[in-house]
Amino acid sequence: MVASPEIRVAINSDPDIVLARQKGRARAIELGFSSGDATLIATAISELARNIVAYAKKGLITLQVVNGSNRQGISVTASDEGPGIADIRQALRDGFSTSGSLGLGLPGVRRLMDEFEITSQPGRGTTVVVKKWRQ
Amino acid sequence: MEVPILKQGAVLIATFQAALSDADLNQLRMGLVQQVVKFRSRAVIVDVTAMDVMDSFASRTLREIAHMIRLRGAETVIVGIQPEVAFAMVQLGLTLEDVTTALDLEEGLAYLNEKFKNTH
Repeated sequence: MVASPEIRVAINSDPDIVLARQKGRARAIELGFSSGDATLIATAISELARNIVAYAKKGLITLQVVNGSNRQGISVTASDEGPGIADIRQALRDGFSTSGSLGLGLPGVRRLMDEFEITSQPGRGTTVVVKKWRQ
Repeated sequence: MEVPILKQGAVLIATFQAALSDADLNQLRMGLVQQVVKFRSRAVIVDVTAMDVMDSFASRTLREIAHMIRLRGAETVIVGIQPEVAFAMVQLGLTLEDVTTALDLEEGLAYLNEKFKNTH
């Protein structure tokens, strides 16, 4: 298997959201994902990058190849040093929003992908890692 | 990135590109409503065939466009949502409730022609 370097996209303003999801789609197609799955991945990236812009102003989207025992996938990490989330359980509920611009973000992203992990510390930032395995 | 808006009789046709940023979408929202006023348009078709991702912001903007245009007494038809995009939208929990959609530009125009014919 060819070594695959990670791809990092700095998220500083809304055009970076488009850039991140385009890179994500291209990477997913390169890795052999179907066009439908690439759309799900690109949509998840769009929402995660949007959360960064809306809540933390700036952050980073990192795309990595992940290898399981007999499968390969892509992981997307969205990290920021923004205000963090005080109540993660509440943020994962459908319809929850504090910025007025979202509300479906995190639970929706969780449905788009196969794996979802979030860590957040108020005042320190938030990291969301999502994975999708190739069918 | 500018969204081309074509005037065809009483109908305005806006064709979305793949890489629209939030700022582009906001600009389009105002631009479309202004053009509806300027041309006294009766309907707007928004063609999203080229859009590869419809996230929460894009679908909220489309809903807002349709609602603003309705307040002007005109109608909006969204055409060309790709099957994969529709699937992702449903997974994400996004809806375009009470906004008319059609398969493609041709179907959208046919729908409007039929509708206008009946209102005269």
